[in-house]
Amino acid sequence: MTDTPVFDPTVTSHHGIAPTREGTVTFSIDGRDVTADAGEFLIAAAERAGVFIPRFCYHPRMKPVGMCRMCLVEVSGPRGATLQPACYVPVGEGMEVVTTSEKVRKAQDGVLEFLLVNHPLDCPVCDKGGECPLQDQTFAYGPGESRFLEEKRHWSKPIALSELVLLDRERCIQCGRCVRFALEIAGEAQIDFLGRGDQVEVNVFEDHAFTSYFSGNTIQICPVGALTSTPYRFGARPWDLEQVESTCTLCAFGCRAAVQSSANRVTRLLGIDSDPVNQSWLCDKGRFGYESVNSEDRLVEPLVRLDEADGGELDPASWAYALSTVAKRLSRIRDEHGPKSIGFVGGARLTNEDAYAWAKFAKSVIGTDNVDSQLSDGLPAEVVLGLPRATIDEACSARCVVVLSGDLREELPVLFLRLRGAVVDSGVPLVELTSGSTSLTPYAAASVRYRPGEAAATARALAGGTSSSPAPGGDPELRKAIEALSRVAGAQSGEGVVVVIGRPSLAEHGSLVAEAAAVLAEAWPSARFLPALRRGNVMGALDMGLAPGLLPGRVALDDARAWFTDAWGAVPDERGEETAGMFGSLASGTMKALVMIGADPLGDFPDSVLAKNAIEGADFVVAVDCFLSPSAALADVVLPAPTVHERAGTTTNIEGRITRLGQKVVSPGQCRSEWMIAAELAERMGGDLGVASIAEIWEEIERVAPSHAGITRHLLDRPASRDGIIAPLLTTKVSLRKKDTLDRIDPVATPGIISVEVQGAPLGAGHALDGQDADGHGANGHAGSALAAPEAKGEPASSAAAVRPQVISWPQQVQPTRVPPADSYSLRLVAPRRLYDDGVMLGACGSLMSLAQNAVARVNSHDLDRIGVATGDSVRLRSSRSSLVVEAVADDEVLRGTAVVEFNLDAGDTEGAASLIEAAQPVADVRLETL
Amino acid sequence: MAITEAPRIVTSRIDYEDSHTLERYLATGGYDGLRKALAMAPEAVAAEVDAVSLLGRGGAGFPAGRKWSMLRKAPTTYLVVNGDESEPATFKDHLLLERDPHQLVEGAVICAYAIGASRVFVFVRGEFALGLERVQQAVNEAYSHGALGRDIFGSGFSVDLVVHPGAGAYICGEETALLESLEGKRGFPRIKPPYFPASIGLYGEPTVVNNVETLSNLPWVLVNGSEQYNALGEGRSTGTRLFALSGHVRNPGVYEVEMVKTTFRDLVYAPVLGGGIPGGRDLKAFIPGGASAPWFGPSQIDLPLGQDEVAAEGSMLGSGSVVVMDSSTCIVRAAWRITRFFWRESCGQCTPCREGSGWLEKILRRIEDGQGRESDLDLLMDVCDNLSPGVSWPPQQTTICVLGPSIPSSIASGIRMFRDEFLVHVKDGVCPFD
Repeated sequence: MTDTPVFDPTVTSHHGIAPTREGTVTFSIDGRDVTADAGEFLIAAAERAGVFIPRFCYHPRMKPVGMCRMCLVEVSGPRGATLQPACYVPVGEGMEVVTTSEKVRKAQDGVLEFLLVNHPLDCPVCDKGGECPLQDQTFAYGPGESRFLEEKRHWSKPIALSELVLLDRERCIQCGRCVRFALEIAGEAQIDFLGRGDQVEVNVFEDHAFTSYFSGNTIQICPVGALTSTPYRFGARPWDLEQVESTCTLCAFGCRAAVQSSANRVTRLLGIDSDPVNQSWLCDKGRFGYESVNSEDRLVEPLVRLDEADGGELDPASWAYALSTVAKRLSRIRDEHGPKSIGFVGGARLTNEDAYAWAKFAKSVIGTDNVDSQLSDGLPAEVVLGLPRATIDEACSARCVVVLSGDLREELPVLFLRLRGAVVDSGVPLVELTSGSTSLTPYAAASVRYRPGEAAATARALAGGTSSSPAPGGDPELRKAIEALSRVAGAQSGEGVVVVIGRPSLAEHGSLVAEAAAVLAEAWPSARFLPALRRGNVMGALDMGLAPGLLPGRVALDDARAWFTDAWGAVPDERGEETAGMFGSLASGTMKALVMIGADPLGDFPDSVLAKNAIEGADFVVAVDCFLSPSAALADVVLPAPTVHERAGTTTNIEGRITRLGQKVVSPGQCRSEWMIAAELAERMGGDLGVASIAEIWEEIERVAPSHAGITRHLLDRPASRDGIIAPLLTTKVSLRKKDTLDRIDPVATPGIISVEVQGAPLGAGHALDGQDADGHGANGHAGSALAAPEAKGEPASSAAAVRPQVISWPQQVQPTRVPPADSYSLRLVAPRRLYDDGVMLGACGSLMSLAQNAVARVNSHDLDRIGVATGDSVRLRSSRSSLVVEAVADDEVLRGTAVVEFNLDAGDTEGAASLIEAAQPVADVRLETL
Repeated sequence: MAITEAPRIVTSRIDYEDSHTLERYLATGGYDGLRKALAMAPEAVAAEVDAVSLLGRGGAGFPAGRKWSMLRKAPTTYLVVNGDESEPATFKDHLLLERDPHQLVEGAVICAYAIGASRVFVFVRGEFALGLERVQQAVNEAYSHGALGRDIFGSGFSVDLVVHPGAGAYICGEETALLESLEGKRGFPRIKPPYFPASIGLYGEPTVVNNVETLSNLPWVLVNGSEQYNALGEGRSTGTRLFALSGHVRNPGVYEVEMVKTTFRDLVYAPVLGGGIPGGRDLKAFIPGGASAPWFGPSQIDLPLGQDEVAAEGSMLGSGSVVVMDSSTCIVRAAWRITRFFWRESCGQCTPCREGSGWLEKILRRIEDGQGRESDLDLLMDVCDNLSPGVSWPPQQTTICVLGPSIPSSIASGIRMFRDEFLVHVKDGVCPFD
């Protein structure tokens, strides 16, 4: 008997196998000799040589399929010159290519005529009209008039493939880009071709919805107007759109995006092909989240709570009154109870410049270190900033990548795409440590399951196994993981190993994950870590010192005291508390005031009971926000802030990559940038931030923040820095990666993107670049060069003794957290996050709001059977904190003795898992009760 | 009974009522070829087959022995039997599948032994209900008889055979589309390179894809030797071949005749074969090798049934189906019917074929309906040219597979041979044959 063939449906067909050969070849194109990489596809080699060959189905980020036949050119071969698809033919030594002959012209003309035979030509009412590759290439290469007299093919239209994507099958030219994206890039074959011949249609399968988080990409790459999105459909004409290049900040991955607007409304986001980051893809939350910017529910004026006698409601007020109220109250509390009695939470949705301004205001002007941009929903800041950092590219080309984080498709969706691609296309072995199956599980060489509380022990077993022979028996997945790592050269030291480290569950304390990270960092001294923190600009906020015990530039408060005393005049005396600690102090009354900078603790803090007690226990609460979130609604003063597309500045992604944000629209009403609010408050409280523009703030950051030294505005402004600059600059080998092909835009690959050269509004108006910066700060003036970190320059004015502090490094001493043993009647709670949540932002997105699901309790059927509960039954989950009623679902992917309840979803009419978790506890145990 | 005295190689037992049973098969020398093969080294079997000029019977006519020799060396290789016979007027594999399935199984196992295949897949057109049943029955019997599975006939050679019904698409007869379909995917032909499944085939492994009739020749070749086989026929076209004769003949059916020694005239007019055109009408045109083949006229009726001889005249023997059209045939209607077939069976992958097939069908239908214009003739030819530049034979192509460039064959033949008949449709506004 022979082996049964193994067929993996996730592996795409054998289409598109390009021979991989080393070296270069010389071929001729239209009589000109051109050098290209051996095995490179002709269409790409020709494009780099300045010869654009028309195409529809070809997309540089996907495997070629040679379907549309638009790229037929004459290629010399053994049987003379024949028409060959340039997208699929690899260049060969001595190959002669002709793209301009009569034969080629007729073939291209013919293909376009064929494409138009059944195309409705309803360009005047088509969203794509004006930016349509079919339209453009018909002008450039097509026939002048139609010879087609017959009746065109008809379909009912449009049909909804999903809540977000509509399909007009008459416009479709069957290029298969959408179908291939779904299968090849997203790994979700939810749409496919049905039917055959000219009755081929793209559609979903019966009873299977197009639920992919990446569905919007199919619209972006559609070369005609067949796929349209519900939010943009009929919303604008392309020629009315204006665009800036910016970075999506709905998670911390840092996807580059073209933000387009019309009449001061954001109309569309398109993914820009940033090679080291998102490679032109966006998730649907990022793509369509702009709807919240245009929302009618935005805060547009300051609100100040009236006295009880007047009803105690939040009432519109002037900025002057609101700011003076805040300044007066905070001053009084500082004077009466000391600076430590004031706490600041949030800041992850700010720009770097905003975050710096607030850090300086809190830590220098007020003098408190009770500042935390994380809501105890991430990892300790020292861990995030101190671990040797990997880039996304390094993770995707690692010898082995180890993932200990939440489900990346839910938290950092495009990182999931990149890692999936690394596994599927490059064969990178991936090992995950997780408390349940994730989107990466099907791609993992091993998926090691651990119960909450056992992360460090599991990490120890994994790391220990690679340095000694694995013990026989035990967890087979762990053994597979050890085998995968042992196959990797240098696994003993962790050379080439990248660990993606995040927060797998909000019911498992961050210190437990930190402990696991410490174990891995000690066992594998050469391993690198990619933080998988989720929230917008959380990395920038941490870099800027919005964390207890830290100051801007990834330095410890104690190490940098002298340096920042010089720079700022004053720094806090002692280390402050994380959010959980602050909330305890606010609830017990030892702290008095809370400032929430774009934070909604009631929705996002793991322990909603404590969050409520903290806000209610505080004497004075300020909220700076775009929406009146449930937390902001409890504040005494609410200050309206702009959203991401309404301000310039910079943001920082999980790699530490600093990119520029573009301001595209003007904020509604009286919204005021956060840095301005901080500066105003400082002034009203007798201080001075000493900055008058975001350009000045950046200059100060570059000057005083050690991790950002050398990253001048000029460096960030350069076209070659389009993909951003990773902080800190290294003294060796920082490559400003720049693909030549990205210099010109391929209008067929990314139709609709106006120009990738537009860098958005300059960093602050009216500040011309300082000429001497041009050659001074490290930049060697051309792409791909190594940048040298500058010698200490621009020291703070009064620095006589202060020395630029070192950025922190980790692990330092880690105190093991004691985890209470689980009792056999309880289930240990796992609370992962979902992409579409019940948050305020998504609630303001008409198209996305309905996509959030209800939380359920997923429990192993063994545990459900024990108490006689079946899937669909309602059960009560009771913790030491509270209880809630949810639907039970049997799921044998869930470990016995655990229960998975999504953190950020409502459970029917009660709030979700947040009410079950006690922030101070390392883990949360729940009892499952029948009703 | 053929015109020459050649033995019947693949249809020797079809006259028996129970020709499909193991009992009859064994009683008529069944599995002797396999036993003989298993006593030889695999290389020797391959050499024996390479010694005969066994041109592939599926349509392209590629020599089987050479195809085997191109198989890339790999730990896992496959043999796939193409039984997806679906072209209009082609029904010779149909006969073999229903009437002599054991012969196919034996031939497949001989091939698997010679090439060292890890597994055999027999892809049978889904509409062949009886054929599928009989092949599966034969496979079951072969397993019980020890001719399939583990340690075949005690030789130490083992191979399994899987019967896979097609899902109703003509395109899956194209070997790479067939492989995609076998893999559970949409039947889209694969882009080339890789040009041959022999290097990258089923599940990415080296694969030999052979036609039913091709493999059915192997038991006879093994028993009687390459010399006897090569003594039949002439030039490269040795042995006998099945022809599916249909259209305006008295005795339509499948005939096994010696290649080259037999002519189209023999096939159509010999009393023991086609028996001539009914009603004594004149021959108008005939299709020498299936719907993809350019047509021949009466002047080519004496051409011998040989691959190279037909190719030299600008057409092909193809799938071995010969369609006779007499003077009562409307050429426009004939071209339209064939074009309609290709339109409905285009997989839809390549633009020229997907859109061109339907466009051509619409124009032809319009002409047949009396709504044509004189300029439509040039338009038809130009659209054909965009599918197959030059509209010549062998065809050039603008598509991934040869379905697209096959479409112009009937249209160009019709217009070139019977332009006036098209013009009559246009001028009279009605089909003269209605």
